[in-house]
Amino acid sequence: MTAKAQVSVSEEGETARVRLAGPWTVAAAADLDGQLKKLRLKSKRATLDLSGIDAIDTAGAWLIRQAAKTLVEGGVSVAFAGADRQASALLETVGAVDQDSNPPRKEPPSFEEMLARLGFHTAFAIREARNFLGFFGLTIETFAATALRPVRFRFTSFVFHLEAVGLNALPIVGLISFLIGVVMAYQGASQLRFFGAEIFVVDLVAISVLREIGILLTAIVVAGRSGSAFTAQIGTMKLREEVDAMRTLGLDPVEVLVLPRIAALVVALPILCFFSDILGLLGGMLMAWVNLDISPQAFITRVQDRIPIRHFWVGMTKAPVFAAMIGLVGCYQGLRVKGDAGSVGRLTTRSVVQSIFLVIVADAIFSIFFNLINI
Amino acid sequence: MTETVISVRGLRTKLGGKEIHKDLDLDVRKGEILGIVGGSGTGKSVLMRTILGLIKPREGSIEVLGRKVDPLDRKTMLELERCWGVLFQDGALFSSLTVCENVEVPMREHLDLPSALASDLALLKIKLAGLKAEDGRKIPSELSGGMRKRAALARALALDPDIVFLDEPTAGLDPVGAAQFDELLQNLSKNLGFTVFLITHDLDTLYAVTDRIAVLADKKVLVTAPIAELERHPHPWIHEYFHGPRGRAAHDSAMLVARS
Repeated sequence: MTAKAQVSVSEEGETARVRLAGPWTVAAAADLDGQLKKLRLKSKRATLDLSGIDAIDTAGAWLIRQAAKTLVEGGVSVAFAGADRQASALLETVGAVDQDSNPPRKEPPSFEEMLARLGFHTAFAIREARNFLGFFGLTIETFAATALRPVRFRFTSFVFHLEAVGLNALPIVGLISFLIGVVMAYQGASQLRFFGAEIFVVDLVAISVLREIGILLTAIVVAGRSGSAFTAQIGTMKLREEVDAMRTLGLDPVEVLVLPRIAALVVALPILCFFSDILGLLGGMLMAWVNLDISPQAFITRVQDRIPIRHFWVGMTKAPVFAAMIGLVGCYQGLRVKGDAGSVGRLTTRSVVQSIFLVIVADAIFSIFFNLINI
Repeated sequence: MTETVISVRGLRTKLGGKEIHKDLDLDVRKGEILGIVGGSGTGKSVLMRTILGLIKPREGSIEVLGRKVDPLDRKTMLELERCWGVLFQDGALFSSLTVCENVEVPMREHLDLPSALASDLALLKIKLAGLKAEDGRKIPSELSGGMRKRAALARALALDPDIVFLDEPTAGLDPVGAAQFDELLQNLSKNLGFTVFLITHDLDTLYAVTDRIAVLADKKVLVTAPIAELERHPHPWIHEYFHGPRGRAAHDSAMLVARS
């Protein structure tokens, strides 16, 4: 281990001799920086004696330059002495690039900046909404064009996505719906028991599952599992310039990538929703049987007698609308990917959050609408 | 007798069941710029990654700066990691950090520097690598290919390494940018005194900056020699490499530069 890097000062009359010694490398930089900051000279002339330095790198050279600069700014004239070939080469290299001043350090954001950021994000949200509307229009237009010339529809791709978003989603959608049916029957029973109205558990489970829970759960699961997949798939293709390649080959990305995916979702989601309704009712029926001694026959009879079929249709009507929303958001965010791989991740997250948000907003609007027309 | 900083002996590496290197020997001398050439798939990058301890060799020994490279010996590897800087093929800058923060990463990891000092030193490295101070604030995706390579070089130089590994630094750069990079590399290695391990396909770079060139073929280093000697080497691939149309063009332009 070599001696510790250090700075020592001896002042004789007018001239101060600053001896720099030891290894002036990046490893000692923190210590040396502190020592140099404490350097105070009474004289008006200083000689920096570098002969004691046994190793030097750019960090050391930069520190020496910085120290000299500070001294000069304090009205001291500085001379170098005893620099060997390597040290002077480094001092020169560092000095050459250190001419231009550094930009000021980043300050914590001021109130104006926060206000500016708020404005920026508002403008961004408006622009995003307009672009999304534009993409919606483009998809409708392409859909109309394809409807007129059905040969252009990518049927293979459609079937592939139907399997991915529909068939493969059955287990998870079924399991979740079944469990929610169980939970609702259980919770409902424990409350309705106070009124001796246990039988109304059937109405509770059936109406809420058919009208709201079945379709909402399905839409949320599908947004998380398929909407995100759309964004990631299309985004990766966008990153690897496959989408651009497609355009140059005369293929329309909306027709090839977007339409089959949205079509598959629009077909698959009502089926999944139906499946979810059935499983939700099964869960409720099982719990009613175990917990309340309502036999499956009694459960089914009561559902048939007391629950109008319109509740089922209300749920099913929402399915294709939610499907189109999830598909549109997923594909739109995918096509917006650009730059680095991080953007795929970021936009996938945004795709899921946005589609779930839109689904719930639309569900609220549907609720009001159906209420107004007394369904 | 010049000092040897990297010495590889009897190296054998296998990747995915395929033998890449067999009985490979290589010496890199202190202060030189050693070019590594070889056809696609001859394992140039694999050799670099093996020396860096990212791939464990089946047989053979690697010594860097007198220490044995062993990925399992964390202490030695940590010491070695302070002594080398690496520029990967596509820069491998951390995409979520600004250029400045990228350069600060090795300093923060290995040294206990005050943050103001670290960012000042990072700015110095950024300017040494030929970028402007304002570029330090940008994130990698906002940089052009050439700037990204320079930023990666700045990060490789962050700890003032003894050895710098460069994997195709001029690939994908326009000829002007590539020539500037060659010049930058030569100046820095002369002024800062580091050794360079340079993988490249760029014949102009080979002519412009290398002291010696190691040719990888037939799973080993076929020959290590200055470029003038390699031009006369009888091996068919080496002959084709330096006397093919591209090789001749690079040779002619290097001669022109030398004469003027």
